[in-house]
Parts: sequence; C-alpha cells; structure tokens
Amino acid sequence: MSLLDIQNLSLAIGNRPILKDVDLAVAPGEVVGLVGESGSGKSMTAMTVMQLLPFTAKAAGSVRFDGIDILAATEDQMCALRGDDIGMVFQEPMTALNPVKTIGEQVAEGIRWHTKAGRAEAEERARKILDRVGLPEAKFPLTRYPHELSGGQRQRVVIAIACALKPKLLIADEPTTALDVVLQAQILDLLRDLVHENKMGLLLISHDLAVVTEMSDRITIMRHGEVMEAGETARTLSSQTHPYTRQLALASMHVPKRRPFFPLEGEMSPKATEGVASEGNVARSDIVSKMSSTAETPFPGRFAAISPPRGERTPLVSVENVSRLYPGRRTSFFGRSAPVHAVDDVSLSIAPAQSVALVGRSGCGKSTLARMILALDNPSAGAIRFRGEPISHRNEAELKPARRDMQVVFQDPYGSFDPRQSVEKLVAEPLHLLEKKPTPAERREMVAHALNEVGLGPADLDKYPHEFSGGQRQRLSIARAIITRPKLIVADEPVSALDVSIRAQILDLFADLNGRLGVAYLFITHDLTVARAITDEVLVMHEGRIVERGATKEILDRPQSEAAQALVAAAPDLHRAIARKIQEQG
Amino acid sequence: MTLQTEIPRESLTSLAAKALHHRSFIAGFFVTVLVAGMAALSFLWTPYDVTKLVISDKLLAPSAAHWFGTDHFGRDVLSMIMIGARNSIAVALVAVGIGIGIGVPLGCWAAARGGFVDEALMRLNDLVFAFPALLSAIMITAIFGPGAINAIIAIGIFNIPVFARVARAGALSIWPREYILAARAAGKGKALITLEHILPNIATLLLVQGTIQFALGILAEASLSYVGLGAQPPMPSWGRMLFEAQTRMAQAPWMAIFPGMAIVITVLALNLLGDGVADILDPKSRRRR
Repeated sequence: MSLLDIQNLSLAIGNRPILKDVDLAVAPGEVVGLVGESGSGKSMTAMTVMQLLPFTAKAAGSVRFDGIDILAATEDQMCALRGDDIGMVFQEPMTALNPVKTIGEQVAEGIRWHTKAGRAEAEERARKILDRVGLPEAKFPLTRYPHELSGGQRQRVVIAIACALKPKLLIADEPTTALDVVLQAQILDLLRDLVHENKMGLLLISHDLAVVTEMSDRITIMRHGEVMEAGETARTLSSQTHPYTRQLALASMHVPKRRPFFPLEGEMSPKATEGVASEGNVARSDIVSKMSSTAETPFPGRFAAISPPRGERTPLVSVENVSRLYPGRRTSFFGRSAPVHAVDDVSLSIAPAQSVALVGRSGCGKSTLARMILALDNPSAGAIRFRGEPISHRNEAELKPARRDMQVVFQDPYGSFDPRQSVEKLVAEPLHLLEKKPTPAERREMVAHALNEVGLGPADLDKYPHEFSGGQRQRLSIARAIITRPKLIVADEPVSALDVSIRAQILDLFADLNGRLGVAYLFITHDLTVARAITDEVLVMHEGRIVERGATKEILDRPQSEAAQALVAAAPDLHRAIARKIQEQG
Repeated sequence: MTLQTEIPRESLTSLAAKALHHRSFIAGFFVTVLVAGMAALSFLWTPYDVTKLVISDKLLAPSAAHWFGTDHFGRDVLSMIMIGARNSIAVALVAVGIGIGIGVPLGCWAAARGGFVDEALMRLNDLVFAFPALLSAIMITAIFGPGAINAIIAIGIFNIPVFARVARAGALSIWPREYILAARAAGKGKALITLEHILPNIATLLLVQGTIQFALGILAEASLSYVGLGAQPPMPSWGRMLFEAQTRMAQAPWMAIFPGMAIVITVLALNLLGDGVADILDPKSRRRR
C-alpha cells in the first residue's frame, strides 16, 4: 500500500485553475521524482500535501497520507503531521533558516514541539541528527548561527530539521538548485542514504531531469498543472513515448549550434558586421552607425576593419597576476586574523570574440574576479587591462570608454531589474555611456532594436519587469548588455536560474550573438554543460587560483587537476543517468 | 525592416485615470482638500471673530448658533478650528518638509559613501536624537524668541535624523541588489544611481514615515504651544485648543472633542493619500487594476 496517494487532485486559487486531475503515489522507501518547468504545479502539489496553500486555494479530489484524508484534516491534525511524519526541504538554504537562531535551536525546535521532550533531550537528538547529515559537533557546535555556515552546510541543517523525527515522507522541493554541482552530488547522496536507512518515502521535486533520473525509482512529468507521463524512470525516459517527455529530454541535452567563427568577422566594427550577418537590416545599421561614430572604434573605416592576424594583436582583456584580499575577521580590538585571498595570483587573457568559461565551485572567487574585470572592484595586487588600457583604480570618467565596451548579465533574472522602472528605461541604462546623448526618440528606437535582437517585441517597451517570466527577463538582461554593442559580455551564471527549455533558448541566443556581433564572452558557471555548449576555452578556478586551463572539450573530457575532476564527476548527465537506471531497473 | 514603435506611453493622464479608480486615494484626497479649503476660507471669513471675547457666551454646548460650542472665553470653537488649521497644518507640513529635504539627502549620502562619512553622520544623528526634542525646542525658542516660525524650525530639526535614518536603512537594503551593480556597470555614478534607482524604491518608506511625522508634528506644535512657545495668543492652534480643554473635560467635552477630531481626520486623510500615492506609483499595482 502506498504511503502517499494523490488521486484526481484539482486545485484552483481564486478563479485560476492550478492543478488538474493529478495522480501521484509514493510508497515507503521509494523515491518519486516530480519533474516540470516553473509554473507546472510541482510545488503546488507539494504544498497541497503539506496543506500550506494560500487561503483562497480550493482543492478537490483525494489526498491520503498513511490512511489520513489530508484534504479533510483540521489545522491541528496537520500541525501534528508536519515536521513529524512529513518533512520538507526547501530550495533556498539562505532563507529557509532563521538567521537569529542557532542551528541547534532550530533543529531541536521541532523535536521538542512534537515529542514534548525536554531541552536537554531534544538537544541530544539534534546533535545526533546533525552528526548524521555530516555536521559533527566537534566542528559544527549547536551554537553556530546560519550565517557562519556555507550554502551546502545550511542545506544539511535544513535536511536535519526535516529528518530529525524520522518522517515517513520527505518532500524535497528543488533541494539542490541553489548549490554547485559538487555540493549537489553530496546532498543527493545524503538524501539517498537517509531514504534507505529510515525507509522513508521521498518526493523529489526538480526541474533538472538528470538529477531526478539519477535519484528516483519512478518519475512523474508535469506541465501546466497536469500529469503528462508517469512511470518507472528507466522505461519512461528510454522510450520517451510522450512528446513532452522527449522535448524535455532534448532541451536538457541541448547544445546550441554555433556558427563556425571566421576570425575576421567579429573583429570588424559593429557597423560593418551588421548588414552582413543579419540579412541587411537597414534600419538598425543606421542606428548603429550613430553609435559607433561615438564609440571608440579601433578600426574606423569599412576596409580598415580587417585586422592583423591574431597573434600580434593586443588581447581584449588581460589579467596579470591579480589578487584580491579581504581583511580577516577581527579577533580582538587590535588584532585581525589572516586576510582571505578571494582571488590569488590569477592571470588570463581573452581575445576579441573569444568565448571563455570560468568554472569552479561556489565561493572559489569567480564572481570576485568578474567584478574586477568589470572594474566594479579593485584588485589588491596585479593589473587588469582592457584593450591594453589599465582599468583598475580609475575613476568613473576615465573608465567610460572601457565601460561602453563591456557589459554584464547577472544570474538572478528577478534581482537584476529595478522594479520601478519601465523596460525602456532599464534597457537604455548603458546608453548613458555614449558621448552624445541620444534623443528620446532615438533612444526608444535603439531599445526597440535591442529587444528585437533578443526576440522580444516593441510592445514590451512600456512594460515593467514584474510582467515578464524568468526567461524573458534574462532576455531583457541580454538586451541591456548588447545595446551599446560591447566587445565583452561578462555573464555570471546566466542560465542557472532558468528552466531547461528556456535555458536552451537563452544559450542559443548567446551563441547567435557571439556569431553575429562578435562579442567576446566570459561565462562564469559551475555548470559544465553550459561551458561545453558555448565556450572555446575553459579556466578552472579553485580556492582563488586558476588550477587548469585549455580548450573546452579537452578539459571536460580529460580533466587533469583534482578540482576539475571533481566538477566533471559531479556534473549530472542525462545520458549517463538513463543508462545507469536502465541497468538497475532492467 | 521597420519596427513599429508607436506605442502609447504611460502618461500623466493614464496615471490620473488610475488615481480615479483608487478608493483610498480619492477619499484621502477629498478630505485633505476639504481641510485645506477650510483653512484657506478662514483667511476670508469665519462664523465668529476669534479675537473677540464674549464672556457671557462662555462654555456653550453645540447648538445651531455655535455648531461646535464655545470655549471658556466665549469664542466659537468652529472658528478657532478653522483658523487653527492654518497654523497646525503649516507647522506640521513645513517641519516634515525640512525633515525630508535635509534628512533624506543626508541618509542617502551616508548609505552611498559608507565608511567614515556614514559613521560620522549617523553619530551626529544620535546626538540630535539624544536630546529630548521638547527640551531642545524650548532651547531654540528661548534663544530666538517664541513664535510659529521658530516652532516650525525646532520641530523640523528633530525630523531630520528620523528621515536620515529611514532613508539610510532603506538605501542600504537597495545598494547590494544586482540592478544597482548593473547600473554601476553602465557607468552611472553614485549620485545618479541614488536619484534613479534608490529614491523611487525607498519612496514608499518615506511616505509612510512622512505621514507619521506629520501627525507627530501637529502634536509637537501642541506641546510647544502648551508651554507657551508655539503660536502666540490670540492666534489659535489645534494643539493649544486641546490643552486648554484639558481642565474642562467634564464641563465642556466639546472643547476637546472637536479639535481632537480635526487632528485625527487630517492625519487619517493624509495617511490614505500617502498610501494611495504609493500604490499608484508602484508599477506592480498599475496593470492589475
């Protein structure tokens, strides 16, 4: 008999239908994967089981957990179930813990509440479970606060809270999405072990098909609030009978088609490339010519655009022996502990129109390095040059020409836009860098073209960021980055917050822009599939140092350093996962 | 290829249309206009002359002749409320204006610069906070002489640190956002970023604090008037009317009730207005309505 049995579950919030006839069952000791893109109703299904729905939600159908009718249960009955028989792990370890309480208190809280145990007894049990999830007391005493732990350690605490009372069912909603691949592998291992030990049922919710495939015995694929396909993992994914399943699988393994890159192309002035690449876009090249006349184009004339051979040119970006130190924690009134080397003696160079990936685990200094390249932060030692010009320790006025030619795309499509400005103002922000300010009409036109370039329409000009989906916002972010026709775009985890199909589209867009506009990329990522998809060269960073560098394929296929090997081994891979499942399940 | 870019823009008229559909904005706006109109009317006409004492009419209950009754000197309470509105509203508005005008830039500056400037400004803030406001106001009026203007300045000075703190706290929470980083990558300086991104995003905070400080301003003016340092008699103010009514609560409750109501209604109206403005300016609420 199954532990959790959902039948014909329909859910509406207000008048909006959210779920339609969802069927799902989890047996004790079984791992069921729930896959779908954002908005497909995965989390709402989980919330229904926990009865943590918004007040206006109306559920119909049947949800039975261990013989109890959840939909008919009172709030008191649910309080007894939550955290005791049903545990839940949330996505964002940074916000799932209360920052003003110690981890010991937070783990013990549920134990004391449900078992009426005394403080000492509850702490004893908290100590045991924390030890079990890999936070032994000797190194992580109960008195630690969440901010003293890293993201992976915090997620372990969240799991400890969820599993402290040995629940019969654990619901994990995107438990590893916010973590890097190495941590992801560790956390998944931990969950798998806990399931085996306690004969727990695990409902694993994720948008990552590879992760779910690796973990689960059975899989349920959702879309628009409906179950598309459900069944044994191996069979479902190997046969891919349902078109949506195939579509998801394809998107997960998507590699954008990159146009063979002609060395000349990207190195011409934007004006010259424009008509050639995009089938004679007259209106645009008109505007671009206005821009490039103000921008400092190294090759002014149309024919002079042909540049000397690669070897003799100065690289677009060169980073020479750069270090960034952060002062250590204050240990006493006068003393400080040793400074932290966020970036330690790093050198690299990026040629025009080259696409370079900077991969490494979270906290390895990738983002700090990126900020220094963008001149948003200054190195403690070493020099960074952009087209041969040093850009560190300069004031804004001196940086203007460099700023014009480098732009940034951030990870979080929600946080990177001012919610109070219209799309037109937001995308036009870098135009501030032009010598000659465009008139409002010109500005509007330029923004419309940038939007067109990333696949959005002019109707979007007057909208506000909250009216767009995550993928569309990332397009806006790219539109903002390309509006000044930069030579370099630094993209900090640009697709890690996106659904697989959206992610495939955004990767295509990046590849397309690279071919069309000759933009050089510095891709910062912990996701090797992204690196493989669109970059020529990879730099592997570990604890502030670059430990390995070379051609992308070379490194990803035959990693030499320990750090690179760990990354490659931990990266979820759908092909491998399916093959393994088929072996297991026959 | 030509792109169609003729899209109707979000104009003032469409904002006005949105305002017309916002209930609390309309209510707040209506009452505020009413109060302001009453104050304006008092320059031209009041039912009775408040400088004339008619002792025979003292402490009359509300009636057809005196809608709000009379006080212990036989003055008409309605006329006094109308004239008092000028004083109370002017003091509170200007005091809030001083607070916002000086406090918000200081707070934003502290947040943008950080380090020593931040530290110094905030400690200066603490210094002003550390003095009891009334005591310092007495000090100021003792030096420069009593009167409505000095009362305004005194109250205004004590609004500065309040707004500086709110602005700084709000700005500090906005600065680490990625869109600020993006604006910096677009080469915008700290002043421009503050103007374009920080201020619109902390405007709601400031509006709410503004309505609170407005109510406090009216009360502060009342306390100053009570100790004889605010508006000078025979010029009435809501605050002083309340305090004069204090000892006669049992005999003539109307003397306290009506000025009290006037303060409550004005503050409530401004709160509604502030809420409404914040809502209308918030893009998220715009298209939903």
